[in-house]
Amino acid sequence: MNRTLLALALAALCSSAQAQPADPNFGRNLAAPCAMCHGTNGVNAGGLPNIAGQPADHLAKQMRDFRDGKRPAMIMHQISKGYTDPQIDALAAFFAAQKAK
Amino acid sequence: MNIPFSRREFIKLVGAGAAGTALSGCASTPETKKPIARVIVIGGGYGGATAARYIRAWGGGAIEVFLIERSTQFVSCPLSNLVLGGSRRIEDLTMGYGKLRDEGVVVLHDEVTAIDPGKKRISLTKIADLNYDRLVVSPGIDFMHDQIAGYDAEAQKTVLHAWKAGPETVALRKQLEAMKDGGVVVLSIPKAPYRCPPGPYERVSQIAFYLKQAKPRSKILVLDGNEDIVSKKGLFLAAWNELYKGLIEYKPNNEVKEVLAKAGSVKTDFDTFKGDVLNVIPPQKAGSIAAQAKLITTNNRWCDVDWLTMESKAVPGIHVLGDATLSAAAMPKSASMANGHGKIAAAAIVAQLTGQPVNAQPVIANTCFSYVSDAEAMHVASVHRYDAEKKTLLPVAGAGGVSAKRNELEKSYADSWAKNIWADSLG
Repeated sequence: MNRTLLALALAALCSSAQAQPADPNFGRNLAAPCAMCHGTNGVNAGGLPNIAGQPADHLAKQMRDFRDGKRPAMIMHQISKGYTDPQIDALAAFFAAQKAK
Repeated sequence: MNIPFSRREFIKLVGAGAAGTALSGCASTPETKKPIARVIVIGGGYGGATAARYIRAWGGGAIEVFLIERSTQFVSCPLSNLVLGGSRRIEDLTMGYGKLRDEGVVVLHDEVTAIDPGKKRISLTKIADLNYDRLVVSPGIDFMHDQIAGYDAEAQKTVLHAWKAGPETVALRKQLEAMKDGGVVVLSIPKAPYRCPPGPYERVSQIAFYLKQAKPRSKILVLDGNEDIVSKKGLFLAAWNELYKGLIEYKPNNEVKEVLAKAGSVKTDFDTFKGDVLNVIPPQKAGSIAAQAKLITTNNRWCDVDWLTMESKAVPGIHVLGDATLSAAAMPKSASMANGHGKIAAAAIVAQLTGQPVNAQPVIANTCFSYVSDAEAMHVASVHRYDAEKKTLLPVAGAGGVSAKRNELEKSYADSWAKNIWADSLG
């Protein structure tokens, strides 16, 4: 195997290990715990705005801003640090695809 | 002997069942289609109700889900300390299982007497035996009264723990109301691990909140079996000093070993303490059905699980959730975690029953609020990610933390958390 192929194979292996893009439920499973504050599938049951149906770019930016200290928060600055960039993108894509009702 | 449901009985039970999978938004499977499998969930608390709801939804209606729960009403432990403080009523924390039924979960109010993992069958008190393809056991906790001398059935009539929300919560509130001004409330905390690490300290705050208004010459004496405040220490100490100065006496390393109910006192290794109201929280273990089913693996108390699927390490094919599990490192026994366990199990069970790969990287989050008055609260948060090497869920380093300070916005977030986790668990 030449060096380029090896590098490509390794890169593919790493990215699949990190983000598992092949798993169709990757975003759904990651997003499920968010429901305890944000509501099932991001549809809020009272007290907070819906995150369901908001644009993915906007959601991902808020998560990164919380994580990087650019947007102050009471809780989300602590929670957002638990997620990698691919995970944040998957969360944002999942919630963006939900109906706000 | 296996006694299956009669066809009529079954249709009655499932009834409106196939109706909805509101959670998934997918069209439900037509009622005429035979389910691909049956999952039975034992225990309708935060863990079990969540698992039932999500299996129903994520299975697209193709998986039949039975939820066995002895109580007809769900009473939330989170927020139940506010009943003691007086800012909530028990009715505010009490809900039925009707919405789960609307989403197609078959909710049966009965008690499981035996589990036969070989035959994949459970026995109940009121209805015939039921077969399952996968079983979820979410039994909550039982109390080890026998670890405290004198805490027998008679003593338990007057010395309450109120560590399961419900009638005892209301009864303890009545004891506080009946106490004279100038009285002493003794509250004892068992050694960790126990259900809800910050819960006892929240309770101290709520009782102090009540005493400050109604009986300001009274005192609450805290006998902690632990060497220090187990959770949110700095935040609780600040609240106690700033809001309830002189009302709270805290004694660490004071495990209650004996209850003298008639004398109205408790004994530690060092001393005897007299109180007008005794609130003794016993040590805890997995709910009794766990022992019956031989699911207990550790210290005769807790059930170790495979954190990828929540499957028991003792009995294959049975998933164990919530407070009954042998907690992973830095994982609290909390409603948030039980809700998260329910989702890990739901995803795994749906994958197993439909021939898909099980999620190799589960991530769950914990957010626990503590109310220190009727107006202010504070939180602890963490994110727990599966570590493939250590084969357990571990808190993500650098994530999570506690509130900077208790405040009113946290209280509104806590109220919102409750509404959302109730709706997420119960529909």
